[in-house]
Amino acid sequence: MTPNAWIQMGLFLLVLVALVKPLGAFMARVYEGQPCGLDKPLGWLERLTYRFAGIKPDQPMNWKTYAIAVLLFNLLGGLVVYALQRLQGFLPLNPAHLGAVSPDLAWNTAISFISNTNWQSYSGETTMSYLTQMLGLTVQNFVSAATGMAVLVALIRGIRGKQTDNIGNFWVDLVRGTLYILLPLSFVLALILVSQGVVQTLSPYKKVQLIQPVSYVQSTTNAAGKTVHQTVWVKHQVLPLGPAASQIAIKQLGTNGGGFFGQNSAHPFENPNPLSNFLEVLAILLIPAALCYTFGRMVGDTRQGWAIFAAMMIIFVPLMIGCVWAEHSGNPKMAALGVNQSSSALMSGGNMEGKETRFGVTDSAIWATATTAASNGSVNSMHDSYTPLGGLVPMWLMELGEVIFGGVGSGLYGMLMFVIVAVFVAGLMVGRTPEYLGKKIEAFEMKMATICVLVPPALVLVTAALACVTVMGTSAIENPGAHGFSEILYWASSVGNNNGSAFAGLGTNTLFYNIAGGIVMWISRYFLIIPTLALAGALARKKPVPVSSGTLPTHDALFTGWLVATVVLIGALTFLPALALGPIVEYLHLWH
Amino acid sequence: MWSQCRPAIVVFVILSAITGLAYPLLVTGIAAVAFPWQANGSVLKNRSGKAIGSRLIGQYFSDPKYFWPRPSATSPVPYTSYNGPLGDCGSASNLGPTNPALFAAVKRRVARLRTADPAEKGSVPVDLVTSSASGLDPDISPAAAFYQVDRVAKARGLPVAEVKKLVKQFCRGRDFGILGAPRVNVLELNVALDRLSSAQRAAGHGPR
Repeated sequence: MTPNAWIQMGLFLLVLVALVKPLGAFMARVYEGQPCGLDKPLGWLERLTYRFAGIKPDQPMNWKTYAIAVLLFNLLGGLVVYALQRLQGFLPLNPAHLGAVSPDLAWNTAISFISNTNWQSYSGETTMSYLTQMLGLTVQNFVSAATGMAVLVALIRGIRGKQTDNIGNFWVDLVRGTLYILLPLSFVLALILVSQGVVQTLSPYKKVQLIQPVSYVQSTTNAAGKTVHQTVWVKHQVLPLGPAASQIAIKQLGTNGGGFFGQNSAHPFENPNPLSNFLEVLAILLIPAALCYTFGRMVGDTRQGWAIFAAMMIIFVPLMIGCVWAEHSGNPKMAALGVNQSSSALMSGGNMEGKETRFGVTDSAIWATATTAASNGSVNSMHDSYTPLGGLVPMWLMELGEVIFGGVGSGLYGMLMFVIVAVFVAGLMVGRTPEYLGKKIEAFEMKMATICVLVPPALVLVTAALACVTVMGTSAIENPGAHGFSEILYWASSVGNNNGSAFAGLGTNTLFYNIAGGIVMWISRYFLIIPTLALAGALARKKPVPVSSGTLPTHDALFTGWLVATVVLIGALTFLPALALGPIVEYLHLWH
Repeated sequence: MWSQCRPAIVVFVILSAITGLAYPLLVTGIAAVAFPWQANGSVLKNRSGKAIGSRLIGQYFSDPKYFWPRPSATSPVPYTSYNGPLGDCGSASNLGPTNPALFAAVKRRVARLRTADPAEKGSVPVDLVTSSASGLDPDISPAAAFYQVDRVAKARGLPVAEVKKLVKQFCRGRDFGILGAPRVNVLELNVALDRLSSAQRAAGHGPR
């Protein structure tokens, strides 16, 4: 690895850590209903929404009402996204004249975007009209993220509640999170991205003349059934355009990850240079990381938030270094072919298949780690072409349950489930009733936490197995051998944890993958939200117990280490056998 | 449950209007005033004002007199950025690190470079024989550009030193010395190369 790789990783982490406290404190003010500065210019929109919707902002909700509100709102969103895709041919803002999206793909995409997964079995520029992108997908980029944050805030209120049913008001959390956090950040980021070259226009695609025309041979079958070869000259290139920057900003900030263009953040119009790349990759982890501080602030003890943040970093940093190292090491079979992979002042070197020159291997591998640690899933390089160990890192980060930063909101509420499991196991060891932040952890809480910890791995393994033993599943594989299995395992890990990134060789725009993926994304989002809110309700009703000498401190290094061990152990025990059949056996093939 | 229906519908409609219409349109409006060139695809024009490509989107060059870009896995031809609503123009190769097809492709590309310039015996910079993620990569590494200087100079009858000077002029280091990787924009370099050739011809130093 080069000194520059270390400097780039260090700079990224430094800027991220520096932003955690200011943004985290700001978000705490937003969710506490305190003045946050932005309520002056935007407060009228908030009040207007409440008035039209008949919402009384201080009306409390119990967990069931909160859950119903979440589900209703998401259901409505899903229906609208589905309808927009099916009807886009009749609707305006469709300069490329794109027709209706097929029912199975539209179903997959609708669930994908409401569940904050943003798995894409399509290329935006050839499938979705400008209107669908804006009014369907961009909207869900915002509100699915705001939903995740709202559920987290409800859980926090449950943790600190004192014998109450009240866990807040979903509509208020949703509206405030969207208006005061996501919208302003996206607005600023979108404008910076446009200045760097990300496109933002409603003009139709632009045709330009190539400097050197290119020819290819087209083979067609004529009426007589004979194959005819014909040379076709291509003299033009069509530049796909659209309102991309506004969508990309929220796609990164809201850990969504669904690209405006098919090639996602590798497409030069989405991510034109190293500076745009730095801002976009920073935006991936920004809110999930800062929410740790918001959590600490809202429970009245910021050390609790820092302890969880530290646990996430302890897992994240070594994996990032590992991925950068693996990609810098390159492909051992290349040297014999007369290829130079060594890094120098004149080239990035390393494993450059499926990577962009302007990012090189360092920025690509940093992105791959960040996008899978968070449940973002956007890519600036093709993970399918990573070295075996380089590809193992993003896959395993998803399999850890998307709790190492994870999705906005969902990452931290997922991590809090691991915290409860960790507290419980520690309590068993010393023979005391486990408690967390003054709340006793009893049978019901453990059941809910266990559901949240075990549903995603079960989904991943079962769907991966299903895809492996059916022709519908295996016929989509593009690469031979162990890597083909990795493609399926990666797909299942991605949809089963609401990430959305892909080993893109797998051809998933098929009936089987679209429908199965839709079901899995749906279960892994909402079958975690419901138990999380139930847990919030149960905790809120409890009477806080005072801290005693027998209380396990949950803000110190010992507990942080214990939490790391819990997450890693569950992730390793569940997935090592599957990983051994995929990336690990491929690594042994390649290097030995 | 029904009591939540009205807020669900109204909040959805209002937030959709704000985030799905007002926000993208406002960004589009500001971009059109503040950054019109970038917002519309960073299109380069020649001296007669004709659009010749985007600074950010690569073009395919296979003629020995041009610098070649990175291999591209788009179809039907390399560097197809859009091929109609039904044309899946594809993208990256998505070849895995142990796939024999990857090594076969690399071998073919190395052979093609060697045939075009038999005198060049050095090992080939990796980015010149591996396909990019977007299939539209506008850049190659400076190493990959220098590797091609002899071939290009010979094909154009230009002095090697002149061509090398031009490449150096178009080399870009890391942003702020830290971010990204060093690179050369192939389209800009080739356009400048054509200009250099015609300037030489005009000055009477044309191809011998």
